[in-house]
Order: sequence, then C-alpha cells, then structure tokens
Amino acid sequence: MGKIAKIHEMLTTGQCSCAELTKSYLKAIESDNGELNAYVCVTGDEAMKTAEAVDKKIAAGETIGLLEGVPMALKDNMSTKGIDTTCCSKILTGYKPIFDATVWELLKEQNAVMLGKTNMDEFAMGSSCENSYFGGAANPVDTNHVAGGSSGGAASAVGGNIAAYGLGSDTGGSIRQPASFCGVVGLKPTYGAVSRYGLIAYASSLDQIGPVTSSVEDAALVFDAISKPDKRDSTCKGSASPTFDKLGSDIKGMKIGIAREYLDGVRDDVKEAVLAAAELYKGMGAEIVYFDLPILKFALPVYYIIACAEASSNLGRYDGIRYGYKTEHYTGTHDMICRTRSEGFGEEVKRRILLGTYVLSAGYYDAYYKKAQDLRGTIIKAFNNAFEQCDVILAPTVPMTAFEKGHATSDPVETYLTDICTVPVNIAGLPGVSVPCGFNQKGMPIGMQLIGKSFDEATILNAAYHYQQAAPDKFKETKWGVKL
Amino acid sequence: MGCEAVKYELVSGFETHIELSTKTKIFCGCTTQFGGDPNTHCCPVCIGLPGTLPVLNREVVRFAIKAGLAVHGKIADIAKMDRKNYCYPDLSKAYQISQLYAPLIIGGYVELSNGRKIRLHHIHIEEDAGKLIHRHGDTYVDYNRGGVPLIEIVSEPDIRSIDEAKEYVERLQQVMRWVGVSDCKMQEGSMRCDVNISVRPEGTEAFGTRTEIKNMNSITNIARAMEYEYDRQVDLIESGGKVVQETLRFDDVTGTTSSMRSKEDAHDYRYFRDPDLVTINVPRDEVEALRAEMPELPADKCRRYIEEYSIPEKDAQLLTKYRRISEYFDEAIDGVKSPKTVSNFIIGQMFRRTETESDKELFAVPTTPAQLNELVKLLDSGKIRNNLAKSTLEKMLDSGKGATDFISESDMGGVDDAALLELCKNAVDSNPKAVEDFKNGKEKAIKALVGNVMKNSRGKADAMAAEAKIKELIG
Repeated sequence: MGKIAKIHEMLTTGQCSCAELTKSYLKAIESDNGELNAYVCVTGDEAMKTAEAVDKKIAAGETIGLLEGVPMALKDNMSTKGIDTTCCSKILTGYKPIFDATVWELLKEQNAVMLGKTNMDEFAMGSSCENSYFGGAANPVDTNHVAGGSSGGAASAVGGNIAAYGLGSDTGGSIRQPASFCGVVGLKPTYGAVSRYGLIAYASSLDQIGPVTSSVEDAALVFDAISKPDKRDSTCKGSASPTFDKLGSDIKGMKIGIAREYLDGVRDDVKEAVLAAAELYKGMGAEIVYFDLPILKFALPVYYIIACAEASSNLGRYDGIRYGYKTEHYTGTHDMICRTRSEGFGEEVKRRILLGTYVLSAGYYDAYYKKAQDLRGTIIKAFNNAFEQCDVILAPTVPMTAFEKGHATSDPVETYLTDICTVPVNIAGLPGVSVPCGFNQKGMPIGMQLIGKSFDEATILNAAYHYQQAAPDKFKETKWGVKL
Repeated sequence: MGCEAVKYELVSGFETHIELSTKTKIFCGCTTQFGGDPNTHCCPVCIGLPGTLPVLNREVVRFAIKAGLAVHGKIADIAKMDRKNYCYPDLSKAYQISQLYAPLIIGGYVELSNGRKIRLHHIHIEEDAGKLIHRHGDTYVDYNRGGVPLIEIVSEPDIRSIDEAKEYVERLQQVMRWVGVSDCKMQEGSMRCDVNISVRPEGTEAFGTRTEIKNMNSITNIARAMEYEYDRQVDLIESGGKVVQETLRFDDVTGTTSSMRSKEDAHDYRYFRDPDLVTINVPRDEVEALRAEMPELPADKCRRYIEEYSIPEKDAQLLTKYRRISEYFDEAIDGVKSPKTVSNFIIGQMFRRTETESDKELFAVPTTPAQLNELVKLLDSGKIRNNLAKSTLEKMLDSGKGATDFISESDMGGVDDAALLELCKNAVDSNPKAVEDFKNGKEKAIKALVGNVMKNSRGKADAMAAEAKIKELIG
C-alpha cells in the first residue's frame, strides 16, 4: 500500500486525526529540517487550518478524497498566494504571489495539507540543489551527500518523510535525478499533461511539474489529480486518462526497450542495477529489446542551448521594479537594473543567462539555437521510431549515485553530464519515471528510469508498479521524519 | 556638359502600429479601454508576474484578418508568436510577444489617389507595452496599455513623396476605421508610425542609406519630420558627407530630428519562437466567412459612386472618407433620380453642421437618411423647387422633423400653367414701374417681376417659365 492510501486509511478509520498527523509532520520538520534543509519555508498555520477543516468533515461523516488531509510540500518555484515563492533566489526574496499556481489550486480544492515550500537549485538550474540561495538540501540516506537537483528539497523531504509527497518540476531531470539520488519515485509527465500556470519558468518548452513520492501508487494518484487541462496554459491538454486504475494490469508481452547509448559511460554499479531490473521484467513475462539511439549524443548540447536560450528570456523580467530584490544604491534605471541582477542572481543562473543570450544573438542564432531546434525535431523522430519497437524504454536515471556535498560546484561541465540520461525525455516531451532499483556499495540509492510514449504515463507507471511489487527490498527506511 | 544640380528622390517605407479595438487584451481578459487610473486595467498576466502564461485572444486574430483583408493581404494558414527581447521598464516581461518568423498576413497594398500602389511586406500581431510617466523627478510605470493588441503594418519602401506618405497614412486610417478594427486615433497613440527614409539621385535605382524616425504621432509631424530629414540627407550628400544608418527621434517643438541610437547600438532583439503559445491555425472557412462579412471598401465604393452615380471624384472621396457618411448616402439615394443632389445636400448643408473630423466620422445629424430621401423625392417630382428644398433642409436639421412638417399641401400643389399665368398677371399689374423699365430696355427689371412671382408662389414656381410668361405678357 502506498503512503497516501495508508494515511487515508488512518484518517478515515480514526487512527489519528488530520490535526494530529499534521502536527507530527510539523514536529518532524522542526527537528529534522535543520539537517536536511528540505524546506525553505514552513507554513504551519495554514497546514493546521486545512487539517482542522478536514477533521470537521470526517467528524461530520463526510467522505474525503484520497489526497484530502495528506501533508505534502510544493517546490519553491510554484506560486502560492500570499506565501513566499522565491525559486530559492535572492532576486525573489520577499516575493509573495497574488495568485495560486494551477497545480496548487487543484490540490487545495482537495484539501491537501501544504506543510511548506521545498528547497531547489536557484531557478531550477542545477543538479545538486547546492545552487540554492538558502544552501542545498541534504540527502536523507546520507546527509554528507547532496539530495540532487533541482527539486532536491522535495526528494529530501519525501525520502526523509517530512512530507508524504511533494511536487517538483523537471526541465532536464530535476524531478527524476533527485528522486534517484534520494531513493524515491519521481515522475516527469508528458509535456502538456500538467499545467505550468504559476510555475515560475526556467525553460518553458521543457518545464513540467510532476510528483515526487515514496511509491509508484502515490505518483499515479498525485499525477491523476494534477493532470487536468487548463485554460490559462495553452500548451496544457491534461492527461489522456487516469493512471491509478491501470496499475497492476498485466505486463506479460510488454516490450521493454534498452537503447545501448543510455548505458554508455554509466557507472558499473548503476548499469548492473538497471540490467538486473531488466532481468526481473523478463521474469515477469516482458520482452527485452535492445536497439541503438545514436542521436542521443546530441541531447545534452541541444538541451543546454534550448534551456539557456529560453531562460535568458524568461529571467529578463527580474529587474527590481515590481517585486523581489532591488539593489539599495544606484544611479538611474539602467544602473538599478544592472546592480539588481548582478547582486540578485547566483553564479549558475548568470552563466546560463549569458549562454542563452549568446546562442540567440544575431550571427549565432543559426549556428546554435536553430541547429538545436532542428536536432530537437530529429530526436523526437528517433524516439517515435524507437517506440515502434517497444512499449517503454528502460534506462538509468543518472549515470551515478548522489555525490558528496561540494563536488558539483567544482566543474560545471562535469555536473552538466549528470543530466545525460534525463534530458532526452524533456527534449522529446515524453513522460519518464524514476524508480529506486538498488543501492551501491556505500548504500546510496540507484534509480532506473522508464520512458514512455507521449501521454502514456499509464504504461510506464504500471511497469514501475510491477517492479516495485516484485522488488520490495529496494526501499530503505531512513531515520528521519514521521513513522507511519 | 552642364553643371546641372542633381535632383533627389525621396524613398520611404512605413512601419505603422495600430491598436485593435477588441474589448479585451491580446493575452488576458483585461479591458483595452484607453485611460483609467494607472495600473487599474491590469492582471498578473499583463504585468508579467512570474509563472503567468499568455493565452491568445482569438478575437485579435479575427480583427487582424479583417485588417489584412482590408488591404488585400494574404492570410497565412498558420502563424506563430515570437518573443522580441529587450529590457525597458514599461515592458514587464522584458520581451514583447510579437511575430517575426511566421506573421499572420503576408503582402497586400494600399492604393493612392494617383493610382500608385504602396506594397505591404506583411502585417503581424503583437502586444503593446506600458507607459512611463515622469513626474516630480521620479519615473512611474503605468501598465494599463501593456498587452493591448496591436497590428504592425510594414510597407515596402514604395513611398516617393511627402504627399504620398500623408495619403498612405490617411488611407490606412480610413480603411482600418471603415472595417472597424481600430479607431486609429494618433493623438491617443492608437496609431503610431515609424518612418524609414532615404534619398537617391532621381533616375537611379540603388537605395540610399536610410534613417528611421520613431514614434510619429500626427500626420502633420510626419510631414514636418520627413521634410526636415529629406533636406538634412540631401544637404549632407551635397556637402560630400554620408548618411549614417541610425534611429532618430523628432522634436516637434524645434521641428528637427536627432539621433536616438546608431546602427552599432541597434538592439539585438534575440527573436525566438514563444514556447508558451501554440501555433495559430487559421482555417480557410474562417477567413472566407470574414471576407463575406467585409463591407464594400472605401476605394471600391468611391469608384462606384463616380461611375454609377456620376458623382465628381472630389465629392466621392468626401462621401467615402467615413463609413457612416457613405452608408447615410447609400440609404438616402434609394429611388431618387439624382444621387448627386443627395451628395450636394450632404456635402453642403450637412457638412456645415459636422465641422470636426470626429463629428463627420460619427455623422450624427438629426435628419435621418429616409427624411433626406423624402425631401429629394419631392424635389425630383417637381413638387418643390431647389430653394424651398434648401430652406426646408435647414429646418429639418434644426428640428429633426421631416420635410412635410414644413411644406404644406398647397406648397406642394405645384404651380400649373393657369396658376402661373395668374401669378404673372398679378406681378405685372402690381409693378408698373418694373414693367416700364423693362420696356425701356432695362433687361434686369424682369428679375423683380420674376421675384414677385416666386415670392407669391412661396418659391415653388418655375422661375424660367415665369420669366417666359412675363415676357409674353408685356412684350
């Protein structure tokens, strides 16, 4: 049984009230967040208010939804009305949105209990969470290690169970990579399945919100709740059909593809774990198909060109005029904007703004941005072809396990390489789910990734569910958080 | 070889921004109304708060298609939105959502009265920016205008004189108002022009280096700025200098242009496809439906008035300057013998009562087209004479009443031969002095006798017939 279903049962059978449950989560945050640094903002009062409302409903004998009263957390780049939303950047310090992101609106309607906002790399740019203005989140499996990024706070909170689940955002792996590092489940939905309205943009054509959970069932439940069409996001169609109901359907004969390129340069322990998973699937009656996807070698440069180009445009609005941080001393508007941005943005954000500005500038557009867009089309086609041979693609989520703190900042290019297995999915707009599939010698979690056809979350979640059912020992309780 | 002075030809192309008069903004539901307290016509989307997304107002596409059809443009099957990146405090997202790579309308032209066609390169849709307000040494931003839909009409460099430039702008104004896509009020900024201008020796093909005068907000200033800039460029070349490609601003107090930025400092807008907006599909049947709804365009109507109704060209132009006037005319001529009479009444007496251009555009005269039609038909049938018709129309315009409220049955009884004879006899009998004078060779004296007939017939007798009859009686 997934954690959400378990909490639902506890609430509806009177094992505990929602207020008690929420209190214990808040208490756990109080004691553990100092070390995990998963939350950058805790919203205890609001959480208790919602919890009490849920208790009233239960007391009145009303039925409650599965997500109702379940304590959860939002990544700090999702707009929450009246609550700090900073993208963990100095430049947005003090910014309180006047509207809710659609995903939060949807969950709020179901009385989700928001405990707070979770840590992230500044503007979702990074793979370790260490680019956060508030310092990085720690890996709950071993706090000397990073939680991963950018949704490091969400993975840390879920892994440490100081939130039952969290919402992250994934632009080049930002849900799946920290999920893999922290030993939890992370789903990056198909582009357009979940509304981006209220998600503070990093790279608009790649960004997608998705759940970070402790089980595949939970991921399916949360995905079903948030994947609705939204009039405010023209790129959002919602999901094709609910996925939760389809968990457990037979996977006999399912074709699971392995693209050899995904295993290139992957560390041995990770490769072994992923291939062991393939064996397990074989045992369940699935067919393993090997093929080549040579175009993948272009995925990383294509990703960094497109993401940085869009970011350079998306982040232009932070000028100190309307909201957020503004420099104290300046002469004139131009100087004010320059100083505000120089002081307000961190190093990695500045690096990507510069890169993005460069690839879009006159004389370079064709050589970089246009070429990247063309290659993007080629990559999409290559995936389409691949899906003529298989139903899902199995790959490592990250070529390695969580690295130690401070390692990522030393070499940005090496850090970019950790995204090599996750970015193709964003480029092609496909759904991908990361599921824990073992541990390395040091006990750090390994994650595998199941990639599906466009809007076919149901199939990858079902495959992931079967894996989790067959390999229950691939999860480890940590010392943190609430024991349910 | 003589040392003849080189004559320089002016070459100009226009980029004209026109605010579309849709009820709501291009990417959100805020009102497009002009004015309002600062920052009251705004929402999270049009002030570009983090996390907001634009959603295209489909009405803007329809308005732009109408604009495109009005200037004979080709409507694209698909169009895309791009981001134009630049940093300025009135631009809340630091980019303007516009179109570069796949605009909605391709080509088209504006025909001038001299028969020349000013070709259009394309028309694209985009959002307007906010406004900076400088007060007490501080600068404030008002985002009310941010997100108001605009079309930008980009012409080819086909304009060859200041008169053509003026007419080009007037024609655009006329036709855009006519099809109802914009009020084109230059003083309120709902129509603004960037003027590209260069000169070249007459008879040569190659274009000279151009300069661009930004944000012109009246036709008078366009003419002044172009005149200044033409002279400046010619003087520069004649004195051995070179025109530098640059962006200029026009100072309407001094009447001069000055540099805003040089080519080297030109913005690099880093255009790219806006990933927040989906491709705009333009179904053919939608375009055809809009085409079917289009009114007859002013140029076509003007031509028809000249050809079908023998209206003089100058008058036909006046009748078709504003759509309401032409519609008034169309209604008023129903079944009349001479549409020109109707035209004369409108351009004469009615225009005197609609003095300003905006009065003419509204054309809210108290007399309905049906009432004018009735009056002209009385004239047509000979029941009343021109003088009476004119004076009656004045009374109608004063009161909003119909012709028959002022013309009695007896007025309209007409003056038959017997009655005319009676009137003439009466005139002769009661004016012996005039009769005497006429007989003594004073030709003009007959006018007094005719005048008497006209007076006693209250203007409805035929003056020519009366004169003939009087001559018969005394001659």
